[in-house]
Amino acid sequence: MSGRAKRKPVFDLLLIGGLLLLALVCYLLFAGGKNEGNVAVVCVNGVETGRYPLDQTGRYELNGGSNILIIENGAAWLEDADCPDKLCVRQGRVHLDGQVITCLPNKLTVTICADNSEVELIS
Amino acid sequence: MKTKKIAVLALAVALAMILSFVESQIPAFVAIPGVKVGLANIAVVFVLYKLGWKEAVLISLVRVFMVSVLFGTAVSLFYSVAGAVLSLSGMVLLKKTGLFSTVAVSVTGGVLHNVGQILMACLLLETNVIVYYLPFLILSGVIAGVVIGIVSAIMVKRVQVNY
Repeated sequence: MSGRAKRKPVFDLLLIGGLLLLALVCYLLFAGGKNEGNVAVVCVNGVETGRYPLDQTGRYELNGGSNILIIENGAAWLEDADCPDKLCVRQGRVHLDGQVITCLPNKLTVTICADNSEVELIS
Repeated sequence: MKTKKIAVLALAVALAMILSFVESQIPAFVAIPGVKVGLANIAVVFVLYKLGWKEAVLISLVRVFMVSVLFGTAVSLFYSVAGAVLSLSGMVLLKKTGLFSTVAVSVTGGVLHNVGQILMACLLLETNVIVYYLPFLILSGVIAGVVIGIVSAIMVKRVQVNY
């Protein structure tokens, strides 16, 4: 390759190292907490469509049946979905505050929150 | 544009489309939306180094459009365009500085492709919760970018393009 004189491997290492550092910083900033959540908040197209308490076992059809949400033993997961990649199903169980399951094709997210407003949940 | 150049560009688009199709047949390694190996980026990086940035932009956009029409959905077109535009911008700028190797340029492309897709997802879903995936997307972009960069560098070195 006819590399230019200025090119040095150290720039490559700095760039890749910088990106990995950025990933680490983002991880520390955004990763879900270590606290247990108690409610699964479902949003479709960014609009909240339902809240499901994690202490109530249940099977819910979300978004007109496009995704099937299961809640059992304090954890939530998507059992089935009509999206082509099924990535949302493979994301498995979530139960910690801040954890998210995303189904991009159906524009649906399930976010675990530690919401203490019990009254709102019961009503 | 010379006929020979048109033929070379068409070949690159065809290669990128085939690589996209092959990749779509491989099941995802990890269950994180947006994580891709980015095989088609081999063709884009190759054209970027062999022919120039305008040509790379051209074949990348044609590839994204064709693949979405043939194998994707209207929604996947939005994700792909966002990823491709951001990825190309980064790679072109980085290459212009002349400071970085093919691998580093490819790594930037891989990371920015993933970041572009997730930004578009944030816009479409009107949510910011998916920044949760950002660290994993950066990491996977770096790994995929290194692999794609090595392959691209070999291609740039060995494949002769005369036009």
